Amino acid sequence: MLRFTLRRLALSLVTLLILIFVVFMMTWLTPGDTARRLAGPFAPQERVDALNEQLGLQDPFFVQFWNLLVSVVTLDFGESFSSPGVLVVDLVQPALWNSGKLVLLALVLTLPISIIAGVIAARKKDTVVDRSIVTFGLASASIPEFVSGVILQYVIGVRLGWLPAISDVPEGTSLFGEIEYLLLPALAIVAVYFGYIARITRAGTISALDSDYTRTAYMKGLSTTRVMRRHVLRNSLQPTVAVTGTQIGYLFGGLVGLEIVFNYPGLGRLIFRAATTPDFPLLQAGVITVAVIFMLCTLGADLIIAWMNPRARMNLGNE
Amino acid sequence: MSSATGDETTRRTSPESDAPTDGDVTDSAGSFDAASTTPRSAAADPDALTPAGADPSPVHPAPIDGTADDIEPGAASVDERKQIRRERRKLLLTSPAFVIGCVIVGFWILSALVPGWFTQWGPTEVVRLADGSTIPRTGPNADAWFGTDAIGNDVFARVIYGARPVLILAPVAALLSVIAGTLLGLVMGYLRGWVDEVLSRIIEAFLSIPVILLALMVLVIFGRSRLVIIFTIAVLFTPVVTRTVRSAVMTEAQLDYVTSAKLRGENSLYIMTREILPNITSVIVVEFTVRVGYAIFTVATLAFLGLTADDATSADWGRDVANNYSLIQADQWWPSVFPALAIASLVIAVNLIADSLDRVSKA
Repeated sequence: MLRFTLRRLALSLVTLLILIFVVFMMTWLTPGDTARRLAGPFAPQERVDALNEQLGLQDPFFVQFWNLLVSVVTLDFGESFSSPGVLVVDLVQPALWNSGKLVLLALVLTLPISIIAGVIAARKKDTVVDRSIVTFGLASASIPEFVSGVILQYVIGVRLGWLPAISDVPEGTSLFGEIEYLLLPALAIVAVYFGYIARITRAGTISALDSDYTRTAYMKGLSTTRVMRRHVLRNSLQPTVAVTGTQIGYLFGGLVGLEIVFNYPGLGRLIFRAATTPDFPLLQAGVITVAVIFMLCTLGADLIIAWMNPRARMNLGNE
Repeated sequence: MSSATGDETTRRTSPESDAPTDGDVTDSAGSFDAASTTPRSAAADPDALTPAGADPSPVHPAPIDGTADDIEPGAASVDERKQIRRERRKLLLTSPAFVIGCVIVGFWILSALVPGWFTQWGPTEVVRLADGSTIPRTGPNADAWFGTDAIGNDVFARVIYGARPVLILAPVAALLSVIAGTLLGLVMGYLRGWVDEVLSRIIEAFLSIPVILLALMVLVIFGRSRLVIIFTIAVLFTPVVTRTVRSAVMTEAQLDYVTSAKLRGENSLYIMTREILPNITSVIVVEFTVRVGYAIFTVATLAFLGLTADDATSADWGRDVANNYSLIQADQWWPSVFPALAIASLVIAVNLIADSLDRVSKA
C-alpha cells in the first residue's frame, strides 16, 4: 500500500509540474508589455523599467519558470496586479474557502440521491424506472450549469420565492445560516452531477450484480440486503468513488458561469476576473490551486479504491 | 466546464467494453463465406462506404496458417455486414431517444440555415405593432411569442437566429478534436513505448484543469476570433478523445487479427490505419457526437462569459443569457430563460443522439 501511494504521488507530481509549465507558457506567451500596462500609458519609462526589474519580467525563460515553481512551493505569488498592495494568497484563500463550502454542500446533496438512484436503476435494469433515471440523468447532466442556474434562479428564487435568488451572503451570517444562500447554486450543481454519478453507479452495480461472487453469496443463502451491502456495493461503488474524485476537482474553479449568475465569490469567478483583467500572478495562483486540488482529490479517490479493493492496488501500481 | 470533462471516466470504461464486441460481431459473422468472397469483389462493392466494410480480407499473401483467415475481422461477408448495418439502422430509427434528438437538432439546424422561415423579425429589429408603437420589456404575448427584451427586439427571433453561431463553431471544433485525438490515440495505443508514456502525462496534466479555465486563458492571450475559439476547443478536447481512442486501440491490439497481421509482416502504419481503425469506427463516431455536445456546452459558456467575438448586438444564446439574467430578479425572465432553454434543448438532443449511437454500437 505504501509503495502504491508513493508511486501514485510521484506520478501526480510529474503531472502537476507539466501543468505548471503549461500555465507558465500561457502567461509567458501573452503579447504586450505587462509592465507598461501596469504602470499606465503615461508613466515614465524609468517606472516601467523598475517594474520590469521588480517583477522579473525581463529574466530569461527558465529563470522565470523557476521563480514560478518557487512561488508555488512557498505559496508566495507576490502582490496582485489588479488590487495593488494585496497579496495574491489573501485573494485566493477566501475564494478557495467559499468554493469549498459550495462544493461540500453540493456533494452532501448529490451523492446520496444519485447513488440510491443508480442502485435502483441497476436492480430494475431495462424497466421504465431504469430508463427514466438514465434518461433524466443524461438530460440534466448535459445542460451547462449556468443554464440550470438561471432556470432555478427564476423558478425557485423569484417565482416561488423559496430561496434567496442571489448568493450574496450578508456579513455576519453563521456558517449554518449560509446554507440558505448556497442552496440554489448547489441545486444547480446537483442537476448536473446527479446524471454522472447515477449512471456510473448503475454501471458499477450492474457488473457487480452479474458477477460470480454475487451469485455465490446468494447461493450461500444470504439475504438480499446482506448481499447488497457486503458484496455488491463494496465493489460497485469503486467507479463512483473515482468519478466523484475527479468531479470534486472540477467543481473548484470550473463553475465560472454559475458563480457569476449567483454572484458568489468562489475560485471560478476569481480566476475569470484575473484572466480578463489580466492579473497574471492571481491567474497563475488560481489555476494552479485548482490543479493541486484536482490532484489531491483524484489521489484520495485512488487511495480509497485501493483500500476497498486490493486488486485495483495491483493494477494501479503497475500501470 | 467542470462537466465538460465530467463523464470522461464513464467514457473511459465504455470503449473497453464495446470495442471487443464490435470485433466479435464481424469475427463470428461468417468465417466460411470469406472463402467465397474474393477481396476484389468486396472491394468493388459500392456499398462499402463505412470503413468497417471497406477492408475485407486484405490483399495479402497466403496466410501463415489455416486459421488466420477465420479470425480476420474483414472476413465477414458483404451480406453479413450489410445485415448488421441494416439491423443497427433499424434499432436506431425505432429508438425514441434518437428520433426525438434528431428532430430537435434538425429544427435548430433549420433555424441556423433559414431563420426567415420561422420568424418575420430580424434579431436586431425592434418589434413594431400595427400602429407603429414599440413594446420593449413585454412578456410573452401574441405579437412576440417569447416577449421582447429591453431594446424591444423579439426574443423569439433572437433565439431562432442565435442557433447559428453555436452550430458553426461546435461541430467544427469537435471534428478537429476527433481527428487529432484519433491520430494520437492510434499511435499511443498501438506503438506504446516512451512516446505513449510522455504523451499520457501531458494528457493527464490537461485533464486536471476544467476545460473552461484553460479556454479562458487561451482566449485572453490569443484573442477571441471564431478561428481561435474553434482551435482552442479543438485542442482542449483532443486529450479526452485521445484517451478514449487509445484505450479502444489497446483493446483491439490484443485481438488475434492484429497478431495475424503482424505475422504477415504488415508494417505498423498499415495495421493502425487499415486493420485497427476500421474496427474502432463506432467508438469514434460516438465520441464525435459526445464531443459535439460538449463543444456546444463550451461555446455557450464562453459566450455567456463574453469571450466570443461577434458584434455585440448579433443574436447568441449564451450572450443573451448573460445580458439579461440580472433582470430575472425584476421578474423579467423571458429574455434570459428562453435562450437558456434553447441551449438546454440543443445539448440534451445531441446527447440523446450520442447515447443512442453508443447503445446501438454495443448491441
